[in-house]
Amino acid sequence: MKSSVITFPGSNCDRDMDVALKKFGFKNKMVWHDDIELPKSDLVVLPGGFSYGDYLRCGSMASKSKIMKSVINFANSGGMVMGICNGFQILVETGLVPGVLLRNKYLEFICKNVFVKINDKKNIYFKNIDNEVLEFHIAHNEGNYFCTKDQLKEIEDNEQVAINYCDKDGKTEEQFNPNGSIKNIAGIFNKEKNVLGMMPHPERMIDPSLSGEDGSLFFNNLINNLK
Amino acid sequence: MIVNEQVSIDHGLKKDEYAKICELLKRTPNITELGIFSAMWNEHCSYKSSRLHLKTLPTKGKQVIQGPGENAGVVDIGDNDAIVFKIESHNHPSFIEPYQGAATGVGGIMRDVFTMGARPIANLNSIHFGSPQHKKTKNLLRGVVHGIGGYGNCMGVPTIAGQTNFDSSYNGNILVNAMTLGLVKKDKIFYSKATGLGKPVIYVGSKTGRDGIHGASMASASFDEKIEEKKPTVQVGDPFTDYYLKLA
Repeated sequence: MKSSVITFPGSNCDRDMDVALKKFGFKNKMVWHDDIELPKSDLVVLPGGFSYGDYLRCGSMASKSKIMKSVINFANSGGMVMGICNGFQILVETGLVPGVLLRNKYLEFICKNVFVKINDKKNIYFKNIDNEVLEFHIAHNEGNYFCTKDQLKEIEDNEQVAINYCDKDGKTEEQFNPNGSIKNIAGIFNKEKNVLGMMPHPERMIDPSLSGEDGSLFFNNLINNLK
Repeated sequence: MIVNEQVSIDHGLKKDEYAKICELLKRTPNITELGIFSAMWNEHCSYKSSRLHLKTLPTKGKQVIQGPGENAGVVDIGDNDAIVFKIESHNHPSFIEPYQGAATGVGGIMRDVFTMGARPIANLNSIHFGSPQHKKTKNLLRGVVHGIGGYGNCMGVPTIAGQTNFDSSYNGNILVNAMTLGLVKKDKIFYSKATGLGKPVIYVGSKTGRDGIHGASMASASFDEKIEEKKPTVQVGDPFTDYYLKLA
């Protein structure tokens, strides 16, 4: 399976993602934001970080960079695109997934492990995964997912919510919501479910001695689903 | 602008230091030269009063590759690996403008570590605030923590440990110490000393603005009731450019 990780100026989780993808069998290529052509890929990843310093608005300038035209075309023709953290912010800026990401509710940068509940398994990312709850890591200042009531209805009707913040038993109550996201949403799909944006970092949970292994579950399952 | 003793005192220099400058130059310095002396001869940059005490600290050993005198210290950890480390205080700027003061404290030591050829891998800090009941404490704590976390996160370097104290003795002068660890191969250590005539000098870094001017002199002076007016002497951080220097 071939994957591509896009490196924007200021991306700083691109190397971690490269390590994670290779560890679970992807042939990964790093693609520079200024390139025009996307290499042949089964999965394109927009990594975390601070694309273009996040100086205008998180992900805003990256969404207009050269390579993104190819990424958008790839997504619109059914290709798998996954945006993590800043990558999720870039995805909402492109409009590939609905909604926006606001500043965290308590105006604090949050850096900690969280539990997320898999809301939908009828998609290529999460199908066949045994767990209902995964432990991932978050580190963000703008991860407060928001959308209009109409959008929310549409998202829920289409079962586009991928994961919700929860406790270790999968309870998705407000108290387990770290950043104020509407309905505890931590990640969502586009309508066709080939594009996934999520705030948590699975690539930070692939080492038993450093973190945890729920990221390993995710990537293992992902490559098996793609085979 | 005419330079005289009073102007030099406004630049944070002492009377005898001004006399020494005139003696060295055999004339009165111009305003630019005075600015350079002010930046280099203040306590923050030259350790003129604390070096006596610093000299009593151990700096030599079998594993020590680089002691004082470079951008940062280097210690051999075996297997051709070395750890580069630096700790610095940013007390005064953080008291005047907590977010930028603390952020540029972290930025400054990361710069000192990666200019030795190392990749910063971890940040630590030791921060001391006034009494929790003091009116400034809440705002200072919030700004400093935001500054340290925000800058480190932009640079992709985690803050792994720290120490936080509250005591009324810090009410009027908080302490903000930041530390960075970097990893480098022993044969890739880069030193700041360069020699040779006719070689080009290239200066890289964040854009120079009107912020941060006379920052080191401010940091070396004592606080008085006019300290709030010194806000422009605190530099505004640019972690995005710093990140690119780190990769370079």
